[in-house]
Amino acid sequence: MIKVCVLRIEGTNCEEETALAFARLGASTELVHLKQLTGAVKERDRRNLADYDLLVIPGGFSAGDYVRAGAIFAARLKGALSAELSEFVSEGKPILGICNGFQVLVELGLLPGNGDNRYAALTTNSSAHFECRPTLLKHENRGNCIFTKGIPRGAILKMPCAHAEGNFFIANEEYIQRLEDNDQIVFRYVDPAGNYASYPWNPNGSVYNIAAICNPEGNILGMMPHPERAFYSFTDHEWWRAGGKRGRGGEVGTYGDGKKLFESIMDHLRSHIYML
Amino acid sequence: MELEVRIKLKQGVADPEGENTSKALKLLGFSNVNSVRTVKTFIIDLRETDADKARAEVEAMCEKLLANPVIQEYEIR
Repeated sequence: MIKVCVLRIEGTNCEEETALAFARLGASTELVHLKQLTGAVKERDRRNLADYDLLVIPGGFSAGDYVRAGAIFAARLKGALSAELSEFVSEGKPILGICNGFQVLVELGLLPGNGDNRYAALTTNSSAHFECRPTLLKHENRGNCIFTKGIPRGAILKMPCAHAEGNFFIANEEYIQRLEDNDQIVFRYVDPAGNYASYPWNPNGSVYNIAAICNPEGNILGMMPHPERAFYSFTDHEWWRAGGKRGRGGEVGTYGDGKKLFESIMDHLRSHIYML
Repeated sequence: MELEVRIKLKQGVADPEGENTSKALKLLGFSNVNSVRTVKTFIIDLRETDADKARAEVEAMCEKLLANPVIQEYEIR
């Protein structure tokens, strides 16, 4: 059975839906508080990161998003779980960060990776607004990212975003080429015709319309939009606006595009774990 | 002793909050406004009386949490 750890601290708020998405696809999923991994709990609540096959850092507003979005969560992980986390990553086990989780992975330096890790950041949206809207994501990865192997290159998926600090900033635009060369770009924001369009299709002003990247090894993925909210068509923000149960948004019980991502992750984990 | 940390965006990093505030001030009739930049300030009270040690400790705090070197610079006073 595939074991998924959905990590929570105060202020994470998408862990239930995220855990449910994996559970619906047959994973054994557990909501684990950071303190359960670092030992500041009773013995029976103690958990060990190494026992899981996938670590997920869910969305939300960890530690109130004070200082910077994800900064406190990242500093606490670095302070208390650094060795376990490095071991997890070096074994090639996957880490998924959604929204706030992506911000945490970038703050940690796990993304974009490449050794010299401090050259990217997720900064305040260009609009200076909290952007909660549907986004269209074009899958760009050429096969490096283990999370999206089941999604055809060029496919466009619809998932909602909901963030104030999702503007992917890179210290030197030449690094974009490095991300391209390493096949680290996973999703880019597009308009309905598939063009790399500006606001509102690119909701935050991200350079190169970047919505999701992975590390050079392909086992760490960070993305701003929320696949767990689009697991079912009727949990997608867009459903009500598109007519809800009157039909245009999709019938209750039908699936949204987010499910494709979770299926792709589960397929990879199944084939990988059974091969071991 | 108390130290003040000012975190500001590096030159060249967009400051949407500052830009929007500038726009709002102009709409309110403050036509003299050239630009607005936002700065975040932390006032940290430390159990430390040696100024150099206090400064070194706050510098470590900036490196570990308070400032993101990709987009921000800090000033301690």
